[in-house]
Amino acid sequence: MSGGVDSSVAALLLQRAGHDVVGVTMKLWGGDSDTGCCSVSDVDDARRVAQQLGIDHLVFNFGDDFDAHVVEPYVDAHTRGITPNPCIECNRSVKFARLAERADLLGFDAVATGHHANIGTTPDGRFTLERGADPAKDQSYVVHMLDQARLARTMFPVGGLHKSEVRELAADIDLRTADKPDSQDVCFITSTGGRTAFLGDRIPFRPASVVDTSGEQLGAVESVELVTVGQRKGLGLPGGGPKRYVVDVDTAAGVVTVGSDDDLLRPGLSVGAVTWVDEPVEGDVLVQCSAHGEPRPATIVTGRASDRTSGDLAIRWQTPQRRIAPGQSVVFYDGTRVLGGGICR
Amino acid sequence: MRGEAIEAMLPFLDGLYANPSGSHRFARRARQAVDEARDRVAAVVGCHPNEVVFTGCGTESDNTAILGAVSRIGGVAVCPAVEHHAVLHAVEHTGGRTVAVDRFGRVDLDALASTLDDLTGDDRPGVAIVSVMAVNNEVGTVTDLAEVARVVRRHAPAALVHTDAVQAASWLDLREITPHVDLLSLSAHKFGGPKGVGVLVERGGPRVDPLIIGGGQERERRSGTHNTGGIVAASIALELTDLERPTENVRLAELRDRLVKGLQSNLDGVHETVPVEHKVAGSGHVCVEGIESEALLFLLDEAGVCASAASACASGAMEPSHVLAAMGVDRSRALGSLRLSLGHTTTADDVDRAVDVLGPAIRRLRAGVGR
Repeated sequence: MSGGVDSSVAALLLQRAGHDVVGVTMKLWGGDSDTGCCSVSDVDDARRVAQQLGIDHLVFNFGDDFDAHVVEPYVDAHTRGITPNPCIECNRSVKFARLAERADLLGFDAVATGHHANIGTTPDGRFTLERGADPAKDQSYVVHMLDQARLARTMFPVGGLHKSEVRELAADIDLRTADKPDSQDVCFITSTGGRTAFLGDRIPFRPASVVDTSGEQLGAVESVELVTVGQRKGLGLPGGGPKRYVVDVDTAAGVVTVGSDDDLLRPGLSVGAVTWVDEPVEGDVLVQCSAHGEPRPATIVTGRASDRTSGDLAIRWQTPQRRIAPGQSVVFYDGTRVLGGGICR
Repeated sequence: MRGEAIEAMLPFLDGLYANPSGSHRFARRARQAVDEARDRVAAVVGCHPNEVVFTGCGTESDNTAILGAVSRIGGVAVCPAVEHHAVLHAVEHTGGRTVAVDRFGRVDLDALASTLDDLTGDDRPGVAIVSVMAVNNEVGTVTDLAEVARVVRRHAPAALVHTDAVQAASWLDLREITPHVDLLSLSAHKFGGPKGVGVLVERGGPRVDPLIIGGGQERERRSGTHNTGGIVAASIALELTDLERPTENVRLAELRDRLVKGLQSNLDGVHETVPVEHKVAGSGHVCVEGIESEALLFLLDEAGVCASAASACASGAMEPSHVLAAMGVDRSRALGSLRLSLGHTTTADDVDRAVDVLGPAIRRLRAGVGR
C-alpha cells in the first residue's frame, strides 16, 4: 500500500472477496523527496486506509535493498551514459523479490499490488500477464519481469478496472485517497531539484562537446551524464534550422553526437537481461520501449548461441524506428499479452 | 500503568480539575498535590525538591538540558554515539560532537577526554554540556557516571554533566547517580507512570535556559499549565518503583536469564548482545543469526508476543540500530536484533510462553518456508 488510491482499492477489493488481508508499506528511501511513495504522509494515508478497512498495516524497511539494487545502479548507469528505469528495477529487485519473499516467509499466499495489469491462466494451467483494462493507465510494461513462479503468487485486483472506476469505489466508502493525484515521478527525485540535483550530489558532472554526425563541433554541454539518446532540448545549440536530436552519447570520450530525425532511425536493437513470462518466444511480436510508448511490430531474431546464454536478443523492426536510449526497458507483447522483456543495450 | 498511579491520577481529571497556579481553594489543593509530588520525586532522586522540574516528557527534559546549556553557556554539546535520539539529535542539531563507545556501548573515556581537550583552550569553542546516558535503552548497558564526571571535570571544567536516566529509574538507585551530575532526565512511562510526564533535575538551581517560555510555571524553568494528575501519578509510580527495586532487580534478572538461556538451549546462533554483568536486570537484548527481526516481529505479534527490535522512524519502519552500529556489531547480525524487555508486570509464565513462541518462529524463518 503506497498510500495511493490504486493500492487502497486493491486492499478493499481483496477484503470484499473474503481474503485475509494485511497492508504493507515499504520504506525504501530516507532522503529528501516530495514525490515519493514512502514519505511519512503517504505512509499515514496507507495506515489510515488500512484502519478504515479494519486490516492490519505494517511498514517494512527495505531501504538497504533499495539503495543497493535501485539507487546505486541508477547513479552508476548515468556515469556510463545509460538511462535506466528505476521503477522497473524496484519492481524486479524489491517489490516482487524482497517483499514477495518476505510475504512467502511469513505464510502469505500472495502479494497484491495496485498495478493496472491482469493475470490470467491458460487451459493448461500456465499464467499469463495482460495489459490493464484502462489503456491510459496500463502498467504491464513495469511488471513485465514477473515469471510463472511469481505470477502464481501475485494479484492485481484493480487491473480489470478503469481508473475512474477505482476512484468511484474509493469515493463510495469515503476512502481518504479517493481523490489523491497519481504519482508521476521517480520517488527519490524531488520535483524541485530534479535529476540534475539528485545526480549532482552524487557524481561529478563532466563537460562534453556536441558534434554533428560528420564530427564537426557545434557546441558543448556542462554535464554529459544528463544527456539521453533521443533528447532534443537543453543542448545549448542555436535555434533555427532542422531539428537535431542526440543520436549517440559517449561519456568516456566526452562526445555527444546530434543528427536529424533520420540519423536517429535504426533497423533494430539489441536487448539484454531478457526475462520471459513463460517459454522464450521468437518471431513476430509487438515491442514497447517506454511506459506509455506505442507498441511497434518487430521480429525477435534468433541470436547467436553465445548471445542466448547471456540472455541477449536481437530485435529487427518492421520499419526503422528511433534509437532507444541504452538502459530503457524493452517489453515484448503478443496483442495485449506480455511475453517478456529486457534492457536496451 | 501501575494501578496505584491510575488511582492517584483520577481525582485530578474530575473533581480536582483546578489549575494549580490559581488562587482559589481547589487550585490550592491541586498545588499541594504538585508540591507533594515534587517532594516524592526529590526523595527518590536524592535532590532538593526545588531542583525538580516537571516537563512534558523525557525527550523534552533531554532537549532542555542540551539546547538550554548551549544557549546559556555557549560552546559545544558532546555525547556518546549510542545516546537515545532525544539526546543524540539535539546534540547534532546544535552542531555538537559524538564520542565512540566500546563493544558494550560504554563511552570510551580516552576518546571523551581527547574530544573535550580538542574543544577547550584558547581559540576553541568550549564545551557547554556532556550528556551520557545512565542505562542504554536498547541494549541495557550501565555506564559508571562517576568515572564520566571525573573525566569531564578534569578536561572541561566549565561543562555541565547531564545524564538521560530515563531507562535507569527502574533498575538503579538514582541517589547514587545524582551526586555526580548537574542535570538528570526521567520519563514517567518507563516506571509505570503515565505517558506525557517527564522530570528534569537541575542541581543547584537553574543551570540551563528554559525551552518553553510563557506563564512562568516551575519557577520559570518550564512554562505551561501543570498536568496535575500526570505529575501526581508519576510521583506515586516512581516511589513504588524505588521501594520495589531491590526485590524486582533480583526477580527480573532471574527471569531475564531464564528467557535468554531458554532461547539458547533451544536454538543455535542466539547471542546475548551485552553480558549480564554490564547491564540492567530487565534487558534481554539478543541478536539472532539467520533471520530478520522485522519478519520475526510479525510472527511474534501473530502469536501474541509483543517485542521490539530497534527504534521506529516517523513512518513506523524499523530503523537499523545506531546503537549496535556504534558498538561495532556487524550490520547483518544487527538485522536479527531483538529487544525483549521485562518489567514489573512480567511473570515466569510470560517468559516461558515467549520461549515457546520464539523457538518455532525463528526456526521457521531460518527454514525459509511458509506455513
